[in-house]
Amino acid sequence: MSKVPLDPTAKFQEYATPGALVSTEWLAANLNTPGIVVVESDEDTLLYETGHIPGSVKVDWHTDLNDPVSRDYVGPEGFAALMSRKGISRDTTVIFYGDKSNWWAAYALWVFRLFGHTDVRLLDGGRQKWEAEGREMTKEVPTRAATSYPLSPRNDSELRAYREQVLEHLSAKGCMVDVRSPQEFSGELTHMPDYPQEGTLRGGHIPGAKSVPWKRAANDDGTFKGVADLRAIYEGEKGLAADDDVIAYCRIGERSSHTWFVLTYLLGFKNVRNYDGSWSEWGNAVRLPIAVGAE
Amino acid sequence: MSETPAAQLPPGLAAVAADFADTPREMRLELLLEYADRLQPLPEKYAAQIDLMERVQECQSPLYAITEVSNDAVQIHATAPQESPTTRAFASIMQLGLNGLTAEEVLAVSASAPLQLGITDLVSPLRMRGATGLLARIQRQVRAAVSP
Repeated sequence: MSKVPLDPTAKFQEYATPGALVSTEWLAANLNTPGIVVVESDEDTLLYETGHIPGSVKVDWHTDLNDPVSRDYVGPEGFAALMSRKGISRDTTVIFYGDKSNWWAAYALWVFRLFGHTDVRLLDGGRQKWEAEGREMTKEVPTRAATSYPLSPRNDSELRAYREQVLEHLSAKGCMVDVRSPQEFSGELTHMPDYPQEGTLRGGHIPGAKSVPWKRAANDDGTFKGVADLRAIYEGEKGLAADDDVIAYCRIGERSSHTWFVLTYLLGFKNVRNYDGSWSEWGNAVRLPIAVGAE
Repeated sequence: MSETPAAQLPPGLAAVAADFADTPREMRLELLLEYADRLQPLPEKYAAQIDLMERVQECQSPLYAITEVSNDAVQIHATAPQESPTTRAFASIMQLGLNGLTAEEVLAVSASAPLQLGITDLVSPLRMRGATGLLARIQRQVRAAVSP
């Protein structure tokens, strides 16, 4: 386990995995702590270049983590090469942050977990909170010594669901969480509000999925809600339990990475998979079952 | 990704393509950011009423554009949030590449011109949809402005 200390912030101690989050205060004080690499991951690939947390490196969800041809993630060679370029070792504590309430940061963290990278943490509040607090940003890109990152197999089976597995899950009446907006869930919109270019041929949701928009887990400043609020939503209101086998999905898997993080690290659910094919696959595929309406 | 030679691009866009071609790969994102920073501020009347402009729906971020044709010279106005620098760069490149051309010259630009700038691999093909959508809307606005 990493030697980098955990953030003792009281709010984090209530979560199932207290070490999964760091606060902006803690990060500001630990930017030079050995063993840490801060990774920025954004929707807009140029945002890092406009200014970033000092010492942080950029990992782009599309140009770095996705395979350039097939709709899949990079393989062990690609991931090891990326880690080497970014100066990340297998035992590095990687702290992710980004725009859009950490959607892409959570997504990158999830991909790192597919490769078994152990010590991954998220900056509570992300880029938004860091900037809002007037903390230091720089355009200087750090030069980190290349590392020798071991070839690590990508283990999709525990954290990632494919279409076929979602169908099996559906037959078994397993729990599913649809984290998109209510309008996307009902089928009224075939795209995310304000993202009209990203439509699908069919609207609606996977039958049996429960609607819990990702945003319900977040405060307006981009931080995560406290554990009591989160339990009230996912367990109290939606009836999910920590032992349930849960699949989360959205449109391409980034918003559901946010919810995957909440269920896994903050609430301690044991079996949560992210269906990254999500609605952009399901809503375009032929003959897959679809439900419409608010329920 | 193969990109056709930039020979058919109008001079302003060809200059942008040459700029990227002459820049080392690791410096190209910074160059793109320099273009983003050159996006012209909106004229008062559009800043006051964004509804006068057209939303570029192909773009991931809220990008609005309006094209005016006056004395047969095209003038593009566009706006996108500061936190969407890639989108701002697309808009700025269209301004630098097309403003001042005649309507006929703008309409003659290939629909795939944004893909010939040498930035596709840099930002990913997915994100280039915003740039091609922007050009298509600019050309439609020009066509509407000059049609009798």
